[in-house]
Amino acid sequence: MDASFWAMGGHAAFVWPSYAIAVGLLVALAVASWRGYLAARREVARIEAEGPRRRRGGSQ
Amino acid sequence: MDGTPAGKPRGSALHRFANPGRFLRFSGAVLPWVAAAGLALSVTGLWWGLVHAPRDWQQGDTVRIMFVHVPAAWMAMGGYLGLAIASFVGLVWRHPLADIAARAIAPVGAVFTAICLITGSLWGKPMWGTWWVWDARLTSVLVLFFLYLGHIALSNAFDDPDRAARPAAILALIGAVNLPIIKFSVDWWNTLHQPASVTRLDAPGIHIDILQPLLVTGAGFLFVFAALALIRTRTGILERRARALMAARAAEPATPAAPVPV
Repeated sequence: MDASFWAMGGHAAFVWPSYAIAVGLLVALAVASWRGYLAARREVARIEAEGPRRRRGGSQ
Repeated sequence: MDGTPAGKPRGSALHRFANPGRFLRFSGAVLPWVAAAGLALSVTGLWWGLVHAPRDWQQGDTVRIMFVHVPAAWMAMGGYLGLAIASFVGLVWRHPLADIAARAIAPVGAVFTAICLITGSLWGKPMWGTWWVWDARLTSVLVLFFLYLGHIALSNAFDDPDRAARPAAILALIGAVNLPIIKFSVDWWNTLHQPASVTRLDAPGIHIDILQPLLVTGAGFLFVFAALALIRTRTGILERRARALMAARAAEPATPAAPVPV
Protein backbone atom coordinates (compact mmCIF):
# COMPACT_ATOMS: atom_id res chain seq x y z
CA MET A 1 0.00 0.00 0.00
CA ASP A 2 1.42 3.35 -0.94
CA ALA A 3 1.18 6.53 1.07
CA SER A 4 -1.78 7.89 -0.86
CA PHE A 5 -3.83 4.89 0.21
CA TRP A 6 -3.15 5.58 3.88
CA ALA A 7 -3.77 9.29 3.36
CA MET A 8 -7.31 8.61 2.08
CA GLY A 9 -7.31 11.84 0.10
CA GLY A 10 -6.62 13.86 3.22
CA HIS A 11 -9.47 12.27 5.13
CA ALA A 12 -7.48 9.57 6.90
CA ALA A 13 -8.51 10.99 10.28
CA PHE A 14 -12.14 10.16 9.50
CA VAL A 15 -11.93 7.01 7.37
CA TRP A 16 -9.54 4.92 9.47
CA PRO A 17 -11.18 5.55 12.86
CA SER A 18 -14.51 4.51 11.32
CA TYR A 19 -13.14 1.12 10.37
CA ALA A 20 -11.09 0.74 13.55
CA ILE A 21 -13.98 1.57 15.87
CA ALA A 22 -16.38 -0.73 14.02
CA VAL A 23 -13.97 -3.66 14.09
CA GLY A 24 -12.94 -2.94 17.67
CA LEU A 25 -16.50 -2.81 18.99
CA LEU A 26 -17.53 -5.97 17.14
CA VAL A 27 -14.46 -7.90 18.30
CA ALA A 28 -15.04 -6.75 21.89
CA LEU A 29 -18.68 -7.87 21.74
CA ALA A 30 -17.69 -11.23 20.21
CA VAL A 31 -15.09 -11.84 22.93
CA ALA A 32 -17.51 -10.84 25.70
CA SER A 33 -20.28 -13.01 24.23
CA TRP A 34 -18.01 -16.03 23.90
CA ARG A 35 -16.67 -15.61 27.45
CA GLY A 36 -20.21 -15.36 28.75
CA TYR A 37 -21.11 -18.53 26.92
CA LEU A 38 -18.16 -20.45 28.32
CA ALA A 39 -18.96 -19.21 31.84
CA ALA A 40 -22.58 -20.32 31.53
CA ARG A 41 -21.50 -23.71 30.23
CA ARG A 42 -19.08 -24.14 33.14
CA GLU A 43 -21.80 -23.11 35.59
CA VAL A 44 -24.25 -25.70 34.29
CA ALA A 45 -21.56 -28.38 34.29
CA ARG A 46 -20.61 -27.51 37.86
CA ILE A 47 -24.18 -27.69 39.14
CA GLU A 48 -24.86 -30.92 37.28
CA ALA A 49 -21.64 -32.46 38.56
CA GLU A 50 -22.25 -31.77 42.22
CA GLY A 51 -26.00 -31.86 42.33
CA PRO A 52 -28.18 -34.90 42.68
CA ARG A 53 -31.22 -35.36 40.47
CA ARG A 54 -31.58 -34.50 36.81
CA ARG A 55 -29.84 -36.44 34.14
CA ARG A 56 -27.17 -34.62 32.22
CA GLY A 57 -28.66 -32.25 29.70
CA GLY A 58 -27.63 -32.00 26.11
CA SER A 59 -25.41 -29.00 26.52
CA GLN A 60 -22.43 -29.12 24.26
CA MET B 1 -44.46 -29.01 -3.78
CA ASP B 2 -43.87 -26.31 -1.29
CA GLY B 3 -47.02 -26.88 0.69
CA THR B 4 -47.02 -28.46 4.08
CA PRO B 5 -48.78 -31.77 4.63
CA ALA B 6 -52.45 -31.41 5.33
CA GLY B 7 -53.35 -31.24 8.97
CA LYS B 8 -49.87 -30.28 9.99
CA PRO B 9 -49.67 -26.57 10.67
CA ARG B 10 -46.61 -24.81 9.38
CA GLY B 11 -45.78 -23.60 12.84
CA SER B 12 -44.98 -27.08 14.07
CA ALA B 13 -41.60 -27.23 12.37
CA LEU B 14 -40.71 -23.88 13.88
CA HIS B 15 -42.01 -24.99 17.20
CA ARG B 16 -39.66 -27.93 17.28
CA PHE B 17 -36.67 -25.61 17.08
CA ALA B 18 -38.23 -23.53 19.82
CA ASN B 19 -37.51 -26.37 22.23
CA PRO B 20 -34.45 -25.07 24.11
CA GLY B 21 -32.60 -28.41 24.07
CA ARG B 22 -33.14 -28.82 20.36
CA PHE B 23 -32.23 -25.22 19.77
CA LEU B 24 -28.92 -25.79 21.56
CA ARG B 25 -28.09 -28.73 19.30
CA PHE B 26 -29.24 -27.02 16.12
CA SER B 27 -27.54 -23.69 16.89
CA GLY B 28 -24.36 -25.47 17.95
CA ALA B 29 -24.23 -27.13 14.54
CA VAL B 30 -24.83 -23.99 12.46
CA LEU B 31 -22.94 -21.47 14.61
CA PRO B 32 -19.43 -22.14 13.22
CA TRP B 33 -20.70 -21.75 9.66
CA VAL B 34 -22.65 -18.60 10.40
CA ALA B 35 -19.64 -17.07 12.17
CA ALA B 36 -17.27 -18.08 9.35
CA ALA B 37 -19.59 -16.64 6.70
CA GLY B 38 -19.91 -13.42 8.69
CA LEU B 39 -16.17 -13.05 9.08
CA ALA B 40 -15.36 -13.90 5.45
CA LEU B 41 -18.04 -11.68 3.91
CA SER B 42 -17.36 -8.74 6.25
CA VAL B 43 -13.61 -8.81 5.63
CA THR B 44 -14.16 -9.19 1.87
CA GLY B 45 -16.70 -6.39 1.68
CA LEU B 46 -14.72 -3.97 3.85
CA TRP B 47 -11.47 -4.71 2.00
CA TRP B 48 -13.27 -4.22 -1.30
CA GLY B 49 -14.70 -0.94 -0.14
CA LEU B 50 -11.41 0.33 1.30
CA VAL B 51 -9.10 -0.66 -1.52
CA HIS B 52 -10.97 -1.30 -4.75
CA ALA B 53 -14.14 0.77 -4.72
CA PRO B 54 -13.78 4.07 -6.58
CA ARG B 55 -13.78 7.30 -4.63
CA ASP B 56 -16.85 9.44 -4.94
CA TRP B 57 -16.56 12.44 -7.29
CA GLN B 58 -18.01 14.74 -4.62
CA GLN B 59 -17.05 13.11 -1.35
CA GLY B 60 -13.64 11.70 -2.23
CA ASP B 61 -12.41 8.95 0.07
CA THR B 62 -14.83 9.76 2.87
CA VAL B 63 -17.40 7.75 0.93
CA ARG B 64 -15.55 4.65 2.15
CA ILE B 65 -17.02 5.30 5.59
CA MET B 66 -20.32 4.33 3.98
CA PHE B 67 -19.22 0.69 3.73
CA VAL B 68 -19.28 0.54 7.52
CA HIS B 69 -21.97 3.10 8.24
CA VAL B 70 -24.79 1.88 6.00
CA PRO B 71 -24.59 -1.87 6.76
CA ALA B 72 -24.36 -1.00 10.48
CA ALA B 73 -27.52 1.10 10.09
CA TRP B 74 -29.27 -1.83 8.40
CA MET B 75 -28.31 -4.07 11.32
CA ALA B 76 -29.38 -1.44 13.84
CA MET B 77 -32.87 -1.33 12.36
CA GLY B 78 -33.14 -4.98 11.32
CA GLY B 79 -31.94 -6.01 14.74
CA TYR B 80 -34.62 -3.93 16.38
CA LEU B 81 -37.20 -5.55 14.12
CA GLY B 82 -35.91 -8.93 15.34
CA LEU B 83 -36.08 -7.71 18.93
CA ALA B 84 -39.68 -6.55 18.42
CA ILE B 85 -40.71 -9.84 16.79
CA ALA B 86 -39.09 -11.91 19.55
CA SER B 87 -40.76 -9.70 22.15
CA PHE B 88 -44.15 -10.11 20.47
CA VAL B 89 -43.78 -13.90 20.36
CA GLY B 90 -42.66 -13.90 23.98
CA LEU B 91 -45.59 -11.75 25.07
CA VAL B 92 -48.29 -13.60 23.12
CA TRP B 93 -47.16 -17.22 23.33
CA ARG B 94 -45.12 -16.89 26.51
CA HIS B 95 -42.33 -18.87 24.97
CA PRO B 96 -39.17 -18.63 27.09
CA LEU B 97 -36.89 -19.03 24.06
CA ALA B 98 -38.36 -15.85 22.54
CA ASP B 99 -37.62 -13.92 25.75
CA ILE B 100 -34.08 -15.28 25.80
CA ALA B 101 -33.63 -14.35 22.13
CA ALA B 102 -34.83 -10.80 22.82
CA ARG B 103 -32.29 -10.45 25.64
CA ALA B 104 -29.63 -11.83 23.31
CA ILE B 105 -30.42 -9.49 20.42
CA ALA B 106 -30.51 -6.20 22.33
CA PRO B 107 -26.77 -5.78 23.07
CA VAL B 108 -25.84 -6.79 19.52
CA GLY B 109 -28.27 -4.26 18.09
CA ALA B 110 -26.96 -1.62 20.49
CA VAL B 111 -23.38 -2.16 19.31
CA PHE B 112 -24.35 -1.89 15.64
CA THR B 113 -26.34 1.26 16.42
CA ALA B 114 -23.32 2.71 18.20
CA ILE B 115 -21.17 1.90 15.16
CA CYS B 116 -23.76 3.57 12.92
CA LEU B 117 -23.81 6.73 15.07
CA ILE B 118 -20.03 6.98 15.49
CA THR B 119 -19.21 6.39 11.82
CA GLY B 120 -22.01 8.75 10.82
CA SER B 121 -20.46 11.41 13.00
CA LEU B 122 -17.02 10.76 11.50
CA TRP B 123 -18.56 11.10 8.05
CA GLY B 124 -20.58 14.18 8.94
CA LYS B 125 -17.63 16.22 10.16
CA PRO B 126 -15.76 16.38 6.81
CA MET B 127 -18.89 16.42 4.62
CA TRP B 128 -21.38 18.52 6.59
CA GLY B 129 -18.89 20.41 8.69
CA THR B 130 -20.39 19.16 11.95
CA TRP B 131 -20.17 16.03 14.10
CA TRP B 132 -23.83 16.13 14.94
CA VAL B 133 -27.10 17.88 14.15
CA TRP B 134 -30.37 17.40 15.95
CA ASP B 135 -32.32 16.59 12.83
CA ALA B 136 -34.92 13.88 12.38
CA ARG B 137 -32.73 11.06 11.06
CA LEU B 138 -29.88 11.44 13.52
CA THR B 139 -32.14 12.03 16.49
CA SER B 140 -34.40 9.06 15.71
CA VAL B 141 -31.36 6.76 15.43
CA LEU B 142 -30.10 8.11 18.75
CA VAL B 143 -33.52 7.27 20.20
CA LEU B 144 -33.10 3.76 18.76
CA PHE B 145 -29.80 3.47 20.63
CA PHE B 146 -31.47 4.52 23.89
CA LEU B 147 -34.30 2.05 23.28
CA TYR B 148 -31.72 -0.73 23.04
CA LEU B 149 -30.02 0.51 26.23
CA GLY B 150 -33.39 0.77 27.96
CA HIS B 151 -34.22 -2.79 26.99
CA ILE B 152 -30.87 -4.02 28.32
CA ALA B 153 -31.31 -2.11 31.57
CA LEU B 154 -34.89 -3.31 32.08
CA SER B 155 -33.92 -6.91 31.29
CA ASN B 156 -31.32 -6.79 34.03
CA ALA B 157 -33.41 -4.86 36.54
CA PHE B 158 -34.94 -7.99 38.09
CA ASP B 159 -33.23 -10.75 40.01
CA ASP B 160 -35.19 -13.25 37.96
CA PRO B 161 -34.77 -12.54 34.23
CA ASP B 162 -38.01 -14.40 33.52
CA ARG B 163 -39.89 -11.68 35.39
CA ALA B 164 -38.11 -8.94 33.46
CA ALA B 165 -39.13 -10.38 30.11
CA ARG B 166 -42.62 -8.94 30.08
CA PRO B 167 -41.89 -5.27 30.80
CA ALA B 168 -38.86 -5.43 28.51
CA ALA B 169 -41.00 -6.86 25.71
CA ILE B 170 -43.58 -4.10 26.15
CA LEU B 171 -40.82 -1.49 25.94
CA ALA B 172 -39.47 -3.13 22.78
CA LEU B 173 -42.89 -3.15 21.11
CA ILE B 174 -43.69 0.44 21.99
CA GLY B 175 -40.26 1.46 20.71
CA ALA B 176 -40.96 -0.24 17.37
CA VAL B 177 -42.93 2.90 16.45
CA ASN B 178 -39.53 4.48 15.99
CA LEU B 179 -38.59 2.18 13.08
CA PRO B 180 -40.80 3.77 10.40
CA ILE B 181 -39.88 7.17 11.80
CA ILE B 182 -36.19 6.41 11.16
CA LYS B 183 -36.89 4.96 7.73
CA PHE B 184 -39.01 7.83 6.47
CA SER B 185 -37.38 10.65 8.44
CA VAL B 186 -35.34 11.64 5.39
CA ASP B 187 -38.56 12.01 3.36
CA TRP B 188 -40.78 13.60 5.99
CA TRP B 189 -38.44 16.26 7.27
CA ASN B 190 -35.74 18.44 5.85
CA THR B 191 -32.47 16.97 6.92
CA LEU B 192 -28.79 17.08 6.19
CA HIS B 193 -28.88 13.32 5.82
CA GLN B 194 -29.21 12.12 2.27
CA PRO B 195 -32.35 10.20 1.28
CA ALA B 196 -32.43 6.48 0.59
CA SER B 197 -30.30 5.51 -2.38
CA VAL B 198 -30.22 1.70 -2.25
CA THR B 199 -33.81 0.80 -1.42
CA ARG B 200 -35.54 2.98 -3.97
CA LEU B 201 -38.42 1.73 -5.99
CA ASP B 202 -36.70 2.61 -9.24
CA ALA B 203 -33.09 1.66 -9.91
CA PRO B 204 -30.73 2.21 -6.98
CA GLY B 205 -29.19 5.66 -7.13
CA ILE B 206 -25.75 4.30 -6.53
CA HIS B 207 -23.09 2.97 -8.84
CA ILE B 208 -22.62 -0.78 -9.15
CA ASP B 209 -18.94 -0.56 -8.14
CA ILE B 210 -20.03 0.93 -4.85
CA LEU B 211 -23.19 -1.11 -4.46
CA GLN B 212 -21.41 -4.47 -4.69
CA PRO B 213 -19.02 -4.08 -1.72
CA LEU B 214 -21.86 -2.45 0.20
CA LEU B 215 -24.09 -5.49 -0.26
CA VAL B 216 -21.27 -7.93 0.52
CA THR B 217 -20.53 -6.09 3.78
CA GLY B 218 -24.26 -5.98 4.51
CA ALA B 219 -24.49 -9.77 4.12
CA GLY B 220 -21.37 -10.16 6.27
CA PHE B 221 -22.76 -7.96 9.05
CA LEU B 222 -26.02 -9.92 8.90
CA PHE B 223 -24.17 -13.19 9.53
CA VAL B 224 -22.06 -11.54 12.25
CA PHE B 225 -25.24 -10.31 13.89
CA ALA B 226 -26.79 -13.78 13.65
CA ALA B 227 -23.69 -15.46 15.07
CA LEU B 228 -23.52 -13.08 18.04
CA ALA B 229 -27.25 -13.40 18.71
CA LEU B 230 -26.98 -17.21 18.51
CA ILE B 231 -24.09 -17.34 20.98
CA ARG B 232 -25.92 -15.06 23.39
CA THR B 233 -29.15 -17.04 23.03
CA ARG B 234 -27.25 -20.24 23.83
CA THR B 235 -25.78 -18.48 26.87
CA GLY B 236 -29.27 -17.43 27.94
CA ILE B 237 -30.58 -20.99 27.65
CA LEU B 238 -27.68 -22.34 29.72
CA GLU B 239 -28.11 -19.66 32.38
CA ARG B 240 -31.80 -20.48 32.57
CA ARG B 241 -30.97 -24.16 32.92
CA ALA B 242 -28.55 -23.33 35.72
CA ARG B 243 -31.25 -21.35 37.53
CA ALA B 244 -33.73 -24.19 37.07
CA LEU B 245 -31.25 -26.72 38.46
CA MET B 246 -30.55 -24.53 41.46
CA ALA B 247 -34.26 -24.00 42.05
CA ALA B 248 -34.92 -27.72 41.80
CA ARG B 249 -32.19 -28.39 44.31
CA ALA B 250 -33.50 -25.75 46.67
CA ALA B 251 -37.01 -27.18 46.38
CA GLU B 252 -36.01 -30.57 47.75
CA PRO B 253 -34.08 -29.80 50.91
CA ALA B 254 -32.56 -32.68 52.75
CA THR B 255 -34.97 -35.35 51.69
CA PRO B 256 -32.90 -38.49 52.14
CA ALA B 257 -35.43 -40.43 50.12
CA ALA B 258 -34.34 -38.66 46.98
CA PRO B 259 -32.65 -41.10 44.64
CA VAL B 260 -29.01 -40.17 44.49
CA PRO B 261 -27.20 -42.39 42.03
CA VAL B 262 -23.69 -41.77 43.17
